[in-house]
Amino acid sequence: MQTVISVEKVSKSFGNQQVLKNIDMLLKKGEIIGLIGPSGSGKSTLINIALGVERADSGLTTIFGQKMPNRMLLGKLGYMAQSDALYESLTAKENIRFFAEMKGVDKKLLTPEITRVAKIVSLENYLDKRVSGFSGGMKRRLSLAIALISDPGLLILDEPTVGSDPALRLQIWQELHRMRDEGHAILVTTHVMDEAELVDRVALLLGGELIANDSPQNLESQYHVDSIEKVFLKAEGELK
Amino acid sequence: MRRTIAISKRIFLELIRDKRTLAMLFLAPVLILTLLNYVFSINTSTNVNIGVVNVQRSMKSTINDVKHVNIKEYDNKKEAKKALDNQKVDAIFEENQHDDYSVLYANTSASKTAMIRRILSASFTQEKTFQMADTLKQMTEKLGMNSDNKNTTNDVNLKESYNYGNKNTTYFSSIMPIFMGFFVFLFVFLISGMSLLKERTSGTLGRLLATPVKRSEIVFGYILSYSLVAIIQTTIIVFFTIYVLNVQVTGLILNVFIINLLLALVALTFGLLLSTLANSEFQMMQFIPIIVVPQIIFSGIIPLDSMATWAQWIGNILPMKYASNAMTDVILYGKSFANILPELLMLIIFIVVLLVANIFGLRRYRKV
Repeated sequence: MQTVISVEKVSKSFGNQQVLKNIDMLLKKGEIIGLIGPSGSGKSTLINIALGVERADSGLTTIFGQKMPNRMLLGKLGYMAQSDALYESLTAKENIRFFAEMKGVDKKLLTPEITRVAKIVSLENYLDKRVSGFSGGMKRRLSLAIALISDPGLLILDEPTVGSDPALRLQIWQELHRMRDEGHAILVTTHVMDEAELVDRVALLLGGELIANDSPQNLESQYHVDSIEKVFLKAEGELK
Repeated sequence: MRRTIAISKRIFLELIRDKRTLAMLFLAPVLILTLLNYVFSINTSTNVNIGVVNVQRSMKSTINDVKHVNIKEYDNKKEAKKALDNQKVDAIFEENQHDDYSVLYANTSASKTAMIRRILSASFTQEKTFQMADTLKQMTEKLGMNSDNKNTTNDVNLKESYNYGNKNTTYFSSIMPIFMGFFVFLFVFLISGMSLLKERTSGTLGRLLATPVKRSEIVFGYILSYSLVAIIQTTIIVFFTIYVLNVQVTGLILNVFIINLLLALVALTFGLLLSTLANSEFQMMQFIPIIVVPQIIFSGIIPLDSMATWAQWIGNILPMKYASNAMTDVILYGKSFANILPELLMLIIFIVVLLVANIFGLRRYRKV
């Protein structure tokens, strides 16, 4: 299967604090990786290196076989940050259109693309409403819709379900599974442990090191527990 | 190019929907200019009250003939001093003996003190002239000469005309060109800085930089939208000052627009750059006293050539100075585009340097 993200021996320090130590990670086409770790474990730094926001001190990061940071590659991935990052005074449509233009979506395809991504997150009836009037869940969905613009082969989603109710959470995961089955590669960070059961592979990041990288089932049997939450706690305990 | 236009359209759309900021941009300058015009128009003449003690009649009447001067007589110095302390008079003028005078200024207003000093010295000269004329008259009469030759004392005729404005031109006219530029500088600086700051803190900048957009496209997007803001603002200010406040613009109005546009771009690039040093809107406001206020101090409201050399050098590194000079040249002296070219070039240098600094500054948020 085709490799989408390849992280090889990546290290990164801020000042004298080492945030990532020799990380190796692969994400293949048609796969969802769940990046788990407590805050401060280096999740965001790893994502930022993949996006080209940060440059690794050493090691190699490639996306679709090309070395990062690379500006043009950013058009092939969809990114959803932890904060909703929306223009509140603009309507949902104007927000989607703006980011679609930034991604270089063809002018003729703009309108059908806006409708397409809005439908996925069931916001098609709210397109002309201003974001400032949106509920938290609606903002989260709009944020996801923007990440889905131009149907990118790679999705990097930072806490996509934070602050959403169970129904919305289910809807988002159904959509992610559908996209995976269509052949998209998805990197998700989450702190909701039962969501970690829904991914294909769990990458457990603790203290800047990748201490586990396997399917949830394999990890549970490896640690002799029955949930990812317990794997997490056990791994954290072992480290201390 | 397409992204630049999309970014500027978005910024403009956000601005148009922010009614309060819009009001500040377009109504605040009009309000402040109206107030300034009012304040500087009503007080064109200073009235002074002089308390006199024991001064001979001819001298008193000479002083009293001067416009905007009132004389109040006091019997002794003590009474006069009381009046001075109660702000009834602005100075006490006393004749100790013949040709020996003393004056005590309240000196709470430098301009009043200067005016009284001028009046008194003029009065002395006039008194002396009268005395001499009298003496001359007496001498000619004594010599038995005929003094019916009245034509020699013909009134001197002085015809007044004005290079700029008319006799009603006030101090406001001379500072107005400076303010026309200053409003553009202040508002564009603050609003553009706040706008990028908000984009950073809300995370939209991060999301924007996760698309293939170039850093320069973002900066040029801001430039495009705020140039439009500056043009609209300048239009409002120019037409308001010309048609409502009746201020005369001697030079080409087009030059006024060119200066303000360049100044707006300096303010914009300056605001964007400084916003990267601020973590909140409040920290952005803190740049007003350290960045904006010096601009107005050194803009020429207080004549720069009377300042110390080091102070003049501070003025030289502030963009407002060049814009004010150019604006004054165009509005008050009707200078042409070629005359203000050196100032415009200085503004362009500021813009280019700040522009490059901004494009590099955005590297902090994305490495490519």
